[in-house]
Amino acid sequence: MLNTASNAASRKLYKNFMRGCMLLCVSLTIALVFFLIAYILFRSIPYFSIDILTTKPSYLRGTIGVLPDILNTIYLVLTAIVIVLPLGVGAAIYLTEYANSPKLVKVIEYAVETLAGIPSIIYGLVGMLFFCQFLGFQTSLLAGSLTLVIMNIPIIIRTTQESLKTVPQGYREGSFGLGAAKFYMIRTVVLPCCIDGIVTGCILATGRMLGESAALLFTAGFAHTLNGYFDGITSSGATLTVALYVYAKEQGEFEVAFVIAAILLILCFITNYLSQYLANRMRNAHNPQGQR
Amino acid sequence: MTEQVKDNVIFDVKDFNLYYGSNHALHNINMQIYKNAITALIGPSGCGKSTFIKTLNRMNDLIPSVRLEGSIKYKGQEIVNSDINVYDLRKEVGMVFQKPNPFPMSIYDNIAYGPRTHGIKNKSVLNEIVEKSLTDAAIFDELKDRLKDSALSLSGGQQQRLCIARALAVKPDVLLMDEPTSALDPISTSKIEELVLKLKEEYTIVIVTHNMQQAVRISDTTAFFLLGDLIECDKTDTIFSEPKDKRTEDYITGRFG
Amino acid sequence: MLDKKSSFNGSESIASLVFLILGIVNIAFVLLICIYLIIAGLPAIKEIGIIDFLFGTRWASTATEPEFGILPFILTSIYGTAGAIVIGLPLGFFSAVYLAKFANKKVRTTIEPLIDLLAGIPSVVYGFVGMLVLVPAIQVIFNLPDGASLFAAIIVLAIMILPSIIKISITSLEAVPNEYELGSLALGANEIETCFRVTVKAAKSGIAAAVVLGVGRAIGEAMAVMMVAGNAANMPSLFESVRFLTTAVASEMSYSSGLQRDALFSIALVLFVFIMLINATLNMLLKRGGKR
Repeated sequence: MLNTASNAASRKLYKNFMRGCMLLCVSLTIALVFFLIAYILFRSIPYFSIDILTTKPSYLRGTIGVLPDILNTIYLVLTAIVIVLPLGVGAAIYLTEYANSPKLVKVIEYAVETLAGIPSIIYGLVGMLFFCQFLGFQTSLLAGSLTLVIMNIPIIIRTTQESLKTVPQGYREGSFGLGAAKFYMIRTVVLPCCIDGIVTGCILATGRMLGESAALLFTAGFAHTLNGYFDGITSSGATLTVALYVYAKEQGEFEVAFVIAAILLILCFITNYLSQYLANRMRNAHNPQGQR
Repeated sequence: MTEQVKDNVIFDVKDFNLYYGSNHALHNINMQIYKNAITALIGPSGCGKSTFIKTLNRMNDLIPSVRLEGSIKYKGQEIVNSDINVYDLRKEVGMVFQKPNPFPMSIYDNIAYGPRTHGIKNKSVLNEIVEKSLTDAAIFDELKDRLKDSALSLSGGQQQRLCIARALAVKPDVLLMDEPTSALDPISTSKIEELVLKLKEEYTIVIVTHNMQQAVRISDTTAFFLLGDLIECDKTDTIFSEPKDKRTEDYITGRFG
Repeated sequence: MLDKKSSFNGSESIASLVFLILGIVNIAFVLLICIYLIIAGLPAIKEIGIIDFLFGTRWASTATEPEFGILPFILTSIYGTAGAIVIGLPLGFFSAVYLAKFANKKVRTTIEPLIDLLAGIPSVVYGFVGMLVLVPAIQVIFNLPDGASLFAAIIVLAIMILPSIIKISITSLEAVPNEYELGSLALGANEIETCFRVTVKAAKSGIAAAVVLGVGRAIGEAMAVMMVAGNAANMPSLFESVRFLTTAVASEMSYSSGLQRDALFSIALVLFVFIMLINATLNMLLKRGGKR
């Protein structure tokens, strides 16, 4: 009574239908990724040259080079990482090691979650109002960096917290048992254990900063001048992403846009690979203890 | 000539071997499981009794490295390495697990899950099945007013009886129970034992247990497993009063395990 | 000998104070953003009138008699996000189910880095490829004067939210206890029935969280949308040029002044309120999912 032929057929249909849906969707997703990669790489190859990578745009010769954009990106990311690292790691240490008021921890964690959810265009606006206008930094890479700092604190906090939690409690007790004070214990025992986690956080943050554009439009500006670090950081400068937007959307310079897109894609490969490599290394390093 | 199948033999196990990869987990098992009787499988942990019971409804198929040899006939039909429909087999040979595992849905939907899967959509038929299954599992009176509640809100003992009711809802012939009371308190345990004794009238029951008193209390036949061997299989009274094998005696008198 | 105060020597107490400050700084950042948005966003709303602002259907910020109705932007953002979910959710959901439950290990470890890559590609790159491939394709297929439209934006957004939908769904599907699946299989259900009727049901709050996160991403995305949506302040229609809340801010900010500029901040405030509501929903879902 339970097993009529029509039921068996409808079960089979359901099974095949669902399996078909899954295979179709996975194939579409994979095809999409391959299409994106192939399209950008193949279209950009003809335009790659030493010149485009090592010069700045010149109206006199009518050429475009992306070197200033590359340098701007490096300045911006370096500055932001150097600032965000202590802020994020410090906050994570407070939350996991020092905090003794659960209420305050909750509020801080809620604040961090909120920061993580705010869209970049809003960071761009507030960064413009606060850093460029209120603090008087003008439109500059420094203002852009500081905006990125606030945006990326959550990533650093989260990855640091995760790796702090994997440090066995016994290490801390062992250190305390020898009469070590807390900060000493953190410096000498806890932090060295989670250096991989912190580096992973930095790479993830770098990846996000490299790809960020909306927050930089009104804070870091659009200039393509070739500067050293200290001049560069205080003046307006387009990063690779902003340059891509401007060249593609406003100026219709697709050749250089393809070159930038390919560079961004390759950087994305690299940061993804590095963070995955580190994540695997951490998993392997912690498993032997975790097995117990 | 094909061998004659005795009407009251549900499972006929002949020279059955099971390997996990290169690990030979069950060696040459021979036994018969009888209709409308309770067969208890006892033995220390790791002896293969749980592995064995999972072979009877082919749940071992889910472990990729498992390899089977020999023969197990279910009502005369070969189930080892044969192309029988395992989903139909599992419908006829129901299973209750060590840890109660109700689905995270309402009590009603838990019971109705099996019948719905097998094609029953009619609401009044489903209602009837749900009521009958819960009644058979002796839990209908406790739950009849809260069928829409989440099954996860029940106590452990209630959850386990719900799982039994869920297994009964697809009208199986056999009920496999893998240490069904090991996660429960003594009161819930005795309720389940009572229930199992009652279910014997309609179903064939195979129960794995750690607890020898439980085997004595409820089973008709007991099989003693040790390190992958079936040491002895006999009437429960015989096994516990005059075991033939020294190792069985050692185990039931508590020398090891 | 054992001086009670000695454990609180100088560097230790300074360290704990510094960490406390680094924790609290995050709350300050959130407050900074909220306060700036409110201070900058309220004046224009007050001047225009909240009803006219939110429900006005015409945006003509640079006309001689300017009008500041942002209903077109609000509706575009809502329709665009809904459309992205309608396309991205099934694609992501079925892919996630396949990867989490049916793909063998080798297939999975090959595909997952590709999904990560999809997550890491900068939004301007999506916008760029959308501009060069999708927009012309839409123009040809649907025989339109211009392919830059809500539809193009929906597709780009659907692709951009795909990785987060897939990753979070996978995590929540994997968190479902194996016993549920065994219970279902033991009743004679096949693997597909078990997966879609038990596992997916048990993971539904996690999958809902993935959707809400996708909504947050889509509604906050600016650059990619700006490159493919056309940016005319029309009431939304699938094949017309439209402007989202985010792009409304970004496209006029650089040349705005006076009330127009204030109105842009007000739009950012509206966007921020949307985002906060979405984040609150997300938190609720994650907490509910975490309880089990």
